[in-house]
Order: sequence, then C-alpha cells, then structure tokens
Amino acid sequence: MKTQFVALRTPVIAMGVALAITAVLLLLAGADVLAAFGVLLGGALTTPSRISDMLMLLAPLLLCAVGLTTSFAAGQYNLGIEGQMTVGGVAAMWWLRGYQDGSPVILYWIGAVLCGMLMGAVWALLVALLKRYMHVSEIFAGLGFNFVALGLALYLVFGPWKRPGVASMSGTEPLADALWLPTLTGTRLTLVSPILAIVMLVIVWRLIRHTHWGLQVRACGLSALASVRMGVPATRRTFEAMALCGACAGMAGALQIIGVYHSLVPNVASGIGLMGLLVALLVRADVRWVALVAFFFAIITSGSIQLPLALSIDSSISGVLQGLIVLAIIVARARRGEEAA
Amino acid sequence: MNWTQLLTDIAAIIAVSAPLIIATMGIYLSERAGVINLSVDGSMLLAGMAGFAVAYTTNSLILGFVAAALVGGLIAALIAYLGVSLRISQTAIGFVLALLCTDLSSFLGNPYVQQTGPAVPAWPIPGLATIPVFGQLLFSHDAVIYLSLILVPLLAWWIMRTRSGLIVRGLGERPDALFARGIDVIRWRYLMVIIGGVLIGLAGAAYTLDLKQGWTYRHMAGTGWIALAIVIFGAWRPWRILLGCYFFAALQTMAGRLQDNTWQIPTQVLQVAPFVVMILVLAVVNCLGAPELQRWINRLPTPLRRVIRFLTSPAPAALGQPFIQQ
Repeated sequence: MKTQFVALRTPVIAMGVALAITAVLLLLAGADVLAAFGVLLGGALTTPSRISDMLMLLAPLLLCAVGLTTSFAAGQYNLGIEGQMTVGGVAAMWWLRGYQDGSPVILYWIGAVLCGMLMGAVWALLVALLKRYMHVSEIFAGLGFNFVALGLALYLVFGPWKRPGVASMSGTEPLADALWLPTLTGTRLTLVSPILAIVMLVIVWRLIRHTHWGLQVRACGLSALASVRMGVPATRRTFEAMALCGACAGMAGALQIIGVYHSLVPNVASGIGLMGLLVALLVRADVRWVALVAFFFAIITSGSIQLPLALSIDSSISGVLQGLIVLAIIVARARRGEEAA
Repeated sequence: MNWTQLLTDIAAIIAVSAPLIIATMGIYLSERAGVINLSVDGSMLLAGMAGFAVAYTTNSLILGFVAAALVGGLIAALIAYLGVSLRISQTAIGFVLALLCTDLSSFLGNPYVQQTGPAVPAWPIPGLATIPVFGQLLFSHDAVIYLSLILVPLLAWWIMRTRSGLIVRGLGERPDALFARGIDVIRWRYLMVIIGGVLIGLAGAAYTLDLKQGWTYRHMAGTGWIALAIVIFGAWRPWRILLGCYFFAALQTMAGRLQDNTWQIPTQVLQVAPFVVMILVLAVVNCLGAPELQRWINRLPTPLRRVIRFLTSPAPAALGQPFIQQ
C-alpha cells in the first residue's frame, strides 16, 4: 500500500485551501492575518517554556492518535476516546491515593500508568462489546461512555474525593509533591510523557505494519466478512485493537494526572482525544505520519493559546484550521479516486 | 406531587423538547433518505450562533431564523456534495464537520457572548389557551413550540401516507429500485438532506433565540449528539422519535427537580445523568433487536413481545451507503 503522501501535490493544494479559508475568516474577524498566522504556526516555539508546554500537549495527543490509528486500522470509529482518557486518569488517581510518605514513588508512578491503561482498555472493550453483541454503533456507544466517564469523574471530584471543605471544578486535593513527575528546571516539561508516547508509537507501528497480528487487524478493517472467510478471528482482533487504543488513551489520561494536573480534574481529556481523532482521520492507519501531523497540530493548538492576549483573537481558530485541513485533505483524496477512511 | 405541579412540569417538558424535536425531524428526513448527517452538534451550534448574531444586529427575529436555516442548509448541502456526489465516508465528513463547526461557532460567535438579543415572544393562542388542562399544555407557548407540535404529525403523514413520502423511504431502503422506476436518486437525496439541514439549523436558532436565549461558548454542545441518538432510539419512526424527545426532556426536568431536594448527588453529576440514561436506554433497545435474542424473545407472552416489536425496528437498509448508478 503506497502512502497517500507520495504524490505531495494534492495535499499541498489542500493545505493551501485550508490556510486560505482560515485567512478569510481571520480577515472577517478584523484580525491582522499575517501576525495571527505567525503566532499560530510559530508562537509555540518562541521560548523554552512554550516549547515545553507544546511538548506536554503533544505527548497525550500522540498517545491518543497512535491508539486511534490502531482502532481505525480495525475499521472502528472510536469516539469514546475522551472517556477512555478520563477513566485512565480516574484509575491513576485511585492508585495514587494509596500513597503514604516514604513509600517508593516509582512503584506508584508505574502502578498509576498501568491502572490507567487497564481501565482505558476496559472502557474501550465495553464499547466493542456493545457494538459486537448489542448492535449499538460504536460512535454512540463511545459517546455514551464519554458521558458516563465524565459523570464518574464529576462524582468523585464533588463527592467522595472532594477537597476538604470546598468541592470545585478545579479538582480534588493535589497529589503529594513527591508524586509529581520531575520536570526540567524552569519549565513544566516532564520527559517521561513524551518518551512514553514515542515508545508507544514505535511499538504500535511495529505491531500494525510488521506483524501477522497487524495484518489481521487491517484485514478486519477492510472487510470483516472477508477476513472471517479467510480464517481471521475478526471479533477477537477488533476487540484487541480497541483495547490497545483504550490502553493508549488511558495511559495519556494517567500521565495527564501525574505530570500535568497533579489532581483529578473533571475534564482530564479536554478535547485532546477529539484532536487525536482528527489526526487519525488524516493519516488513517498509516502510523508513520502520526508523529508529524500530531506535532503540527500541537504547535497550532499551543500557539493559539497566545492569540487572545497577543492579538485579541479567539483561540478556537486553531480548531477551525485543523478541521479545515482534515476536510480539505479528505476531499482531495476522494477527488483523486482513493477510497476515504 | 399535586395536580397543578404536574401540569406545569408537563408543559415545561413540551417546551424544553421543542428544539430537540425540530432537530430530530431534520435528522429523520435525511436518514430516511439514506444519508447520515453526523455534523448535527456542530451544525446546530453554528446555525444557532449565526441566528443569534443576525437577530442581534438587525433586531429581527425572522432574519435570525432565516440565517440559521441558511447555515444549516449550507452545511447539509456540503455533506450532500461530499457524501452523495463524491461518495466520501459520511461518518468521516460528518464527524470532521461537527468539530469544525463547533470551533467556528466559538470563533465567529466571540463578539456576541453574553449579549442580550431579541427573543421569541410568548403567544398563547386566543380562545384555545383558556381551555382547562389542554390550554395550558398545548396552547400557551410560543411559535417555535407550536412548530415542534405540528412538525411530527405533518412529517409522519407525509413520509408514511403519501406517494412522495414513499419515494423518500425508498431512497433509504432500495435506491436502485427507485432508479429503475425513473427517479433521480441523487437529486432527491440532495433535496432531503438540505431540508433536513434547514430543520437542524432552525433547531439551533430555537435554542439561541428562544429556549436558551443568548450565546455563550459551546452554548448547547452535546444536544446534537443526543438528537442523533434519539433518532436511533426512535427506530426511524416519527412518533417514537417524539416519544424519545419527551423522554429525554423529562429526564432533564427530573434532574433539575432532584437538585432542589436534599439528595446526596452532586449537581454536576445530575447534569450529565440524562445523557447517560438516554444512551443506556438506547443500548438496551438496540440489544432487544439483536438477531441473537430473537429466539428468546419469541418465547415471551404476546403483549410483551408487542412492546419489544414496537421499540425495535431496523435502520433504513441503505443508510450511509452511497448510491452508484448502474
């Protein structure tokens, strides 16, 4: 399967169209278009602290996108990714609450990440089960479990795990300082998250592209019926692909808790999972491009955070630009006669 | 609970579900024609924002609703072009458009946040509004709610009882058979998707100009997905969809009521509870329709079986399938 990026002309034109529409929208909003693009595309790279913030966004985004390429390879639209990330955070927090001063911190970190992965995988498997045995489209099952996960996190933040005295949306009681993942001096960057993300990227890429298992998963994605006829255990492979995706999302959620929020907040996922879906739609099941596209999206998103202050432009233009890019490239592919995702 | 309280609650449920009914009817039309418009959540936000912005600047409610209908129709036309003509996966484009329109509504709607604009006035129907019970339940609302009350019987009659309605059903079940009988499947699908989009746009404006007046960041995000789920829950039958809308609105009203009592459930949990219950009910209803369970269901007593048959019926056979002319 030749990659769709071999002929670079079409995607470049598509990108141009997306950028042009964004420019028009910025003009309509009365903004300085060039300055806005400068901040969007370069704002995230100006200072070490901004670069570190961008990397801290990139890590969970990459994890979600990598997981989603697996579920996409199996032909599943895993819209439940946000919920899987949330329960990953909840499970990590549950594990970390057992911490007492003096216990080995490293065990708690490893345990939290493993708990997160396990819970994320379970959450994804629930969706897969509903789809396989109860004929609920995975899109709505996933959305449903997103709401369940959000309800669970809200319940814990405002109920049993609430900060003594004041329960608020800002989260539970912060973790003990010892449990915070160490950061590079002067920044909020913890090296563990990006490194784990890259490790998962390599593992999943090897699995999908270079193993018999990956071949079978992709076969299920192309045609479940045909793959069953060829002797592929399609149900099992689909479940495994979904579980792997959930595990990646759960890991992202757990890392957000120990590396970024340092407490359980209601929206652990905060739209990162949905952004991961956009990345996955763009690269489809081709893991090699995930890193590049996720990097680009992370730059745009963290750059846009400066827009309201620097140029008084609403930061949601980053989501608009990302959506337009994905839409334009999907359309460009279709016009070239390729089958869409 | 006393009698007047119950009446007030039911009237409130009828009012609250109005935009939901309008949106689900739009989805219903387009899915009956075989096209999934997954962008509903974003479409409603963008159309609602546009409707509010136009009504706010021109101070004209009519223009606001027209703008919302236009935006909804345009998004639907784009979906029809990409999904019906270019035959791109309707799920993929619908999802991308849902996210894109949500962000677009936040970006373009920024200047209108927290502004006070015009709102649809209450309009009790003279004469009818004074009838006991029914007057309060059905005839003491405003134009948007009356539209929602008329829409379902109208569409049910059109789709189920007329010849052109038969064509619409055919689009979703056997488009090739329609084509063989000389009907332009592509053009009909475009038409249905766009009419559906117009209704979805109107539903967005029904929120910003009537039921949840004004505009804020992601004003009524989530309701679009619920509307899509209700259409599945309603098994693509207008009256059952109406039932689903009222069920969801009742859950929301109940969640609001529970907050007043001294229950130990945090408010924030109650706010997501209706969404959760709705999706769980959808799962159970879908489950009952699973072929694996049919043997078991057939052994049940007849009245129970009738209820289950009422709740489950299959999706339009050609839903989401592009039509390729032979």
